[in-house]
Amino acid sequence: MQLERFSYDNKIVKWFATATIVWGVVGFLAGLLIALQLAFPALNFDWAPTTFGRMRPVHTNAVIFAFVGNGIFMGVYYSLQRLCKARLYSDLLGKIHFWGWQLIIVFGALSLWMGYTTGKEYAELEWPLDIAITLIWVVFGVNMFGTILKRREGHLYVAIWFYIATWVTVAMLHIVNSMELPIEFMKSYSWYAGVQDALVQWWYGHNAVAFFLTTPYLGLMYYFLPKAANRPVYSYRLSIIHFWALIFIYIWAGPHHLLYTALPDWAQSLGVVFSVMLIAPSWGGMINGLLTLRGAWDRVREDAVLKFMVVAITAYGMATFEGPMLSLKNVNAISHFSDWTIAHVHVGALGWNGFLTFAVLYWLIPRMWRTELYSKSLANAHFWLGTLGIVFYAVPMYWAGFTQALNWKAFTPEGQLQYSFLDTVNMIAPMYMLRSLGGLLYLTGAILMVVNIWKTVKKGEFQAEEEAEAPALVKIEAHKGEHWHRFIERKPLQMLFWSLVMVAIGGAIELIPTFLVKENIPTISAVKPYSPLELHGRDIYISEGCYTCHSQMVRPFRDEVVRYGEYSKAGEFVYDHPFQWGSKRTGPDLARVGGKYPNSWHFNHMYAPTSTSPKSIMPRYTWLLTTGIDIMRTPKMIKAMQTLGVPYESGYHNRANGDLDIQAGAIAADLMKEKEIKQIMEFEGVKELRYTKMVALIAYLQRIGTDIKTVSADAKPVH
Amino acid sequence: MKFINYLKSIQDVRVYPMVSLIIFTAIFLVVLMYAFKASKNYIDQAKQIPLNDEK
Repeated sequence: MQLERFSYDNKIVKWFATATIVWGVVGFLAGLLIALQLAFPALNFDWAPTTFGRMRPVHTNAVIFAFVGNGIFMGVYYSLQRLCKARLYSDLLGKIHFWGWQLIIVFGALSLWMGYTTGKEYAELEWPLDIAITLIWVVFGVNMFGTILKRREGHLYVAIWFYIATWVTVAMLHIVNSMELPIEFMKSYSWYAGVQDALVQWWYGHNAVAFFLTTPYLGLMYYFLPKAANRPVYSYRLSIIHFWALIFIYIWAGPHHLLYTALPDWAQSLGVVFSVMLIAPSWGGMINGLLTLRGAWDRVREDAVLKFMVVAITAYGMATFEGPMLSLKNVNAISHFSDWTIAHVHVGALGWNGFLTFAVLYWLIPRMWRTELYSKSLANAHFWLGTLGIVFYAVPMYWAGFTQALNWKAFTPEGQLQYSFLDTVNMIAPMYMLRSLGGLLYLTGAILMVVNIWKTVKKGEFQAEEEAEAPALVKIEAHKGEHWHRFIERKPLQMLFWSLVMVAIGGAIELIPTFLVKENIPTISAVKPYSPLELHGRDIYISEGCYTCHSQMVRPFRDEVVRYGEYSKAGEFVYDHPFQWGSKRTGPDLARVGGKYPNSWHFNHMYAPTSTSPKSIMPRYTWLLTTGIDIMRTPKMIKAMQTLGVPYESGYHNRANGDLDIQAGAIAADLMKEKEIKQIMEFEGVKELRYTKMVALIAYLQRIGTDIKTVSADAKPVH
Repeated sequence: MKFINYLKSIQDVRVYPMVSLIIFTAIFLVVLMYAFKASKNYIDQAKQIPLNDEK
């Protein structure tokens, strides 16, 4: 058995590590800004790119795809080579992967600032970027599989199964959720509509959590924790069992984002049941991680890397218990749309993803630079700041979540709603400030890390190629009585295939019936397609990220029906490409806002929210007045909607602008009756209202929820 | 893309999730059994893989 000599590529790891750190700081800063904006709305700066609605997706994309994404690649490229005892398959593919991913991030951020967005959470980037993501993901896959196929270590260690499952599932999720019909360079409409879009979106969204934020990091845990603790994982058998259980069960959990919405009941129930079952395999991972340290807890005291890992794994356990609890319908009735969800997300994100990334960085960098970490005390300070940051983030958000949710539901003894929505917003302002402090602490810790890493790198000597040697792989023949899992482990492509089968089952069963079975989405004959002007307005609603603060889904609860109106039915959303149900009520639900307020109210509210709603935290949208819609786009929009199945008359695209003109003219004339509006127009230098974005958006808002609205005296705004 | 409803309704659509749950439970039990039958030797070998290099 002759020893083969080769070397591991550390350069690619260095690049991804650098990107991880840089985007981490960027993402945390963006998060801090939007957190502060909720407490101090002046920080929206009256400028479109920095409004909360556009900055929020910048933050989520930066921390998920830029920070965690690069963290995944850093960890995978380091560990995979060593677990396979093989050099990375292709340096060139590595470069393409790296630069491709960073370019996607940069163009992604720019596009989000400019208002180009699909309006679907965690999948906001428009179709050209979606294509780029697919290509780069394939490059990553080829490099990863190429390395696995060249391996000298026959057995695929558990971390590699997680990497394989991650790769194949993210590919499946991204492709299915990104089915969109382009109408222009940076604009497309989702193939799916309404309930179906919601289901696909949250099948994607929850599994982005599962297969981008969880499985790759479990893989990293299974490599870096044993390395840091210098002992093997607690139970390899447990890792086999929890791996398969996790990847199968996780996929079904998506509907827990849609409880008490217009999603069919059977799909909601499936989401609940599978979410609860998910506790077991998730905790399998946590247990395996924590018990790896049994008998070595004294070392945790000395070692910052182990400290970060212990808190990371504990946060993982907490979040994966809380998640299933939040999936119970009775708990979800309180938590949905509230800040409790935000607290939950950040325990996982700051604790599990953030801290494990920091641990890996503190472990990897000194090794690759052949030196010791510059300062243990700085690392420990980072640990404590970060941990405090998580606490100061989560606790105020729990408090805020309960406060707002319970007060949304509060009735006076006379049977009226006790609080206006705005009351509940103002009640939680102190919590928003405290949460910002938490974020600041977390960011400060990260900056200490930047300093520490920088100093470490400066005093070390980077080892671009790390020499290694190992015997060539002996072809293992299958033999009778061999443990079946060894058979799969020997064949990475089998692993790939069976992982794909496991993850595809849940999606197929939940998604397909809603497409094939008419009863799942009962049609309502009164529901009609949007007018051309309303379509433009809807595009603006999406572009400005209104859905990040406003939901459009009235749940069948007494307090919601009294506050907003008739609860939302599945059939109302059949022409909504994409759906805009929202996930959070920082502002009130808008599903029945149509017809509740005069046009002038909407004008004043968007131009200066505090003029109609004192102490509102909504940003000003002054540019809606000074920018216009592109009416040349109207025919393209109509034709696209027709292709997607919306029943506009044949040839309507030729007449659409005529209708748009009439409707816009009517709204403009109505607005011009108000003296203050005329004054504002003069101040902003606006001569003609008709084709402004403001008028289009008002048209859309006045349409929402009116198709089935019963005419009754209760249509008074309860605000 | 018009998602024409090929079927007015699938008879007893509830059977499908039940069947898949049964399939999953079966596979899960099989995985469980085989995981416990694995030889200690093999398990110990696999656990050590990350620690098998000099660093």
